[in-house]
Amino acid sequence: MSTIDHLKDHLKQGFNQDLEKLKIYQSFGNDVIEAPKEFVHPLLKFLKSHGHFDFLMDVCGADYPEREGGRFDVVYHLFSSKNARRLRVKARLHQGEKIPTVTDIWRGADWFEREAYDMFGIIFEGHNNLRRLLTHHQFKGHPLRKDYEADHQQHCDSALPIHFDYDPNYIEDPNKDLVPLNIGPSHPATHGTLRVMAELDGETVHRANVELGYLHRCFEKMAETHAYNQVIPYTDRLNYCSAPINNVGYCKTVEKLLGVEIPPKAQAMRIILSELSRVIDHIVCIGANAVDLGALTGFFHLFTYREMVYTLFEKLCGARLTVSLTRVGGMAQDAPPGWFDDVLETCKKIREGVDQLETLLSGNKIWIERTRGVGAISAEEAIQWGYTGPLLRAAGVSLDLRKVDPYYGYETLDFDVPVGSNGDCYDRYLVRVEEMKNSLKIIEQVAKNVPSGDYTIRDKSIVLPEKKDVYGNIEGLMNHFMLVIKGLRPPAGEIYDATEAANGELGFYLVSDGSAQPYRLKVRPPCFAIYQSFPKQITGGLVADVITVLGSMNLIAGELDR
Amino acid sequence: MSEENTLKINASIDPKGMLPESNSLLESSVLTTKLDDFIAWGRKNSLWPLPYGTACCGIEMMSVMGPRYDLARFGAEVVRFSPRQADLLLVAGTITEKMAPILVHIYEQMLEPKYVISMGACASSGGFYRAYHVLQGCDKVIPVDVYVPGCPPTPEAVLDGIMALQKMIQEGAPRPWKENWKNPFEHTLPEIEGAFDEPRGFHG
Repeated sequence: MSTIDHLKDHLKQGFNQDLEKLKIYQSFGNDVIEAPKEFVHPLLKFLKSHGHFDFLMDVCGADYPEREGGRFDVVYHLFSSKNARRLRVKARLHQGEKIPTVTDIWRGADWFEREAYDMFGIIFEGHNNLRRLLTHHQFKGHPLRKDYEADHQQHCDSALPIHFDYDPNYIEDPNKDLVPLNIGPSHPATHGTLRVMAELDGETVHRANVELGYLHRCFEKMAETHAYNQVIPYTDRLNYCSAPINNVGYCKTVEKLLGVEIPPKAQAMRIILSELSRVIDHIVCIGANAVDLGALTGFFHLFTYREMVYTLFEKLCGARLTVSLTRVGGMAQDAPPGWFDDVLETCKKIREGVDQLETLLSGNKIWIERTRGVGAISAEEAIQWGYTGPLLRAAGVSLDLRKVDPYYGYETLDFDVPVGSNGDCYDRYLVRVEEMKNSLKIIEQVAKNVPSGDYTIRDKSIVLPEKKDVYGNIEGLMNHFMLVIKGLRPPAGEIYDATEAANGELGFYLVSDGSAQPYRLKVRPPCFAIYQSFPKQITGGLVADVITVLGSMNLIAGELDR
Repeated sequence: MSEENTLKINASIDPKGMLPESNSLLESSVLTTKLDDFIAWGRKNSLWPLPYGTACCGIEMMSVMGPRYDLARFGAEVVRFSPRQADLLLVAGTITEKMAPILVHIYEQMLEPKYVISMGACASSGGFYRAYHVLQGCDKVIPVDVYVPGCPPTPEAVLDGIMALQKMIQEGAPRPWKENWKNPFEHTLPEIEGAFDEPRGFHG
């Protein structure tokens, strides 16, 4: 029995609504249910309680202005950690129509719905704080609608004062002498562009709120106005601490839509790049977290190893940080001779560095006192919020897409998934350290036996011919010309695909209308879901712990705000 | 010491007016210079940067501060996050429309003399984000002294930018962009209209 029949069967048994109105089908390997909007809430509730779909990965909108039967799509992406299955639920909405919120089923839906409101003007009924999230408070209109010009800028001339989310259960106590505190967006501990607002009762955080969008650079709108391969440099700048993983995630999605498989050598190179990126991402996270708590040595020490990886990237392609090295169909170029030996050599050095880091921090009394028990979260709560990656594993859930939904041959490699137990900042640190070791283990396995062969597929409607062919023979010139003029055109359809990034599940929801540009590209950034739990996590704690928790979440503004 | 770093010695003092023995003593152990040159020399070699890292460039800026490129060699390693203590605003990363008023606020809080380096394509021109929420260059709202190209610039390029700024400071180069700058967000509306290339109305 296929998964889709299984799903139908399951719904028939438990879901007492008119099943005729649901459209259940499979599209490019994804299971999809199209439901009328009034069915969405009970359906999602049923799928969560009876269908084992415990994660709500993403909620987003899509705009089809010319379409009959409703202009907007509201798309929910579910994931089941029991059997690693995914399900997409879609509902159509006319302009001005409302859809019930699902924040009562998953708390993690909060910001995703707010973003859909901000970008498309979709109203979620019953949402307590349906305000703008990413664009500034003076912004007019909804920028991801198709009738909004991509370069139509609206200027902002002030910052919002300290404000808090509306909470129906919050009772103001006039006898308390609360001190308002604003941290950021320009603050040493806010790592770029985060803003934390709090009310303090002595040293304790009484309530808190965050504001984001200070680095909202319109990735999704830019993707809609560029050709498929031109989007790759934009993906670099999502999580710029581990840029190659984003390249891989995006290209993997487009390749899945095209239905092509990349050659083994490209797969090996992508694994090596991804794992090197995971290591340097964790280096930045741990280093910066330690700096925030006053341990400057860790940063200087770890950056030596980060520079080593930069040198490897530079050898490979000339760029240090934003490498843009993947292309749809493979890699942009082959590795230079001896590069894989350099990788092995560097791994050896980094391994020593990680060991030294452990002696520096793991048993350090100050470090333990500052991190143990701080920001602890239970597994159930973490799933509620949509945690993925190291933070979820620190809370005790062994979920790693490289294991449960492997790609590029991860299933053949020998590595462990480290799991914590308390979900506090110390566990997060330990999980990251172990992950670095395991990543090095993976790299060594792959770099020792790199498959021979081509580094990209040679489909002339997908990949540009090599320069020597373009200048050397007429066929190469013609193919180059045709692909540049016509563009890479995947079939019309939509797909959701996810990669295990350094911070967790990096998902891309791609809608193609058969043209040379994506019709809609939604990123599911891992730290977006994690950060929305932040105000809740710091409330009741000490103000000094705010910085610890913030650092342990590894928030990268580029992917948070996009 | 490179040529740039040496003091310009003012040789206009007439040695004939002095006793012979004191003259040789003067030449061997005393440097004479103009006060302005001396102050400029001190300023250029003790820039205290405020790292305004908002995006990817911020990560490369960490590398500039880090062990390999070591900004300390240029006397600019004392990073200060308080604008009151900094004299070099290092804008590293995309400035969005939402961030612009805050950037201006930070700039206003810095004490004179103050300098601005715009690091990277986004800070200089908006970069490849010709988009609805991105300010097309931080020079739309604050005066910029040195632009460093790149996306992100290599650390070498940032060091080059800092050296270019040091040269400007030493030479006392005129900075009309700074002299003529007005806060675009001062709530006197007619001035907002005039401060930008194009009228900045809030249309929706």
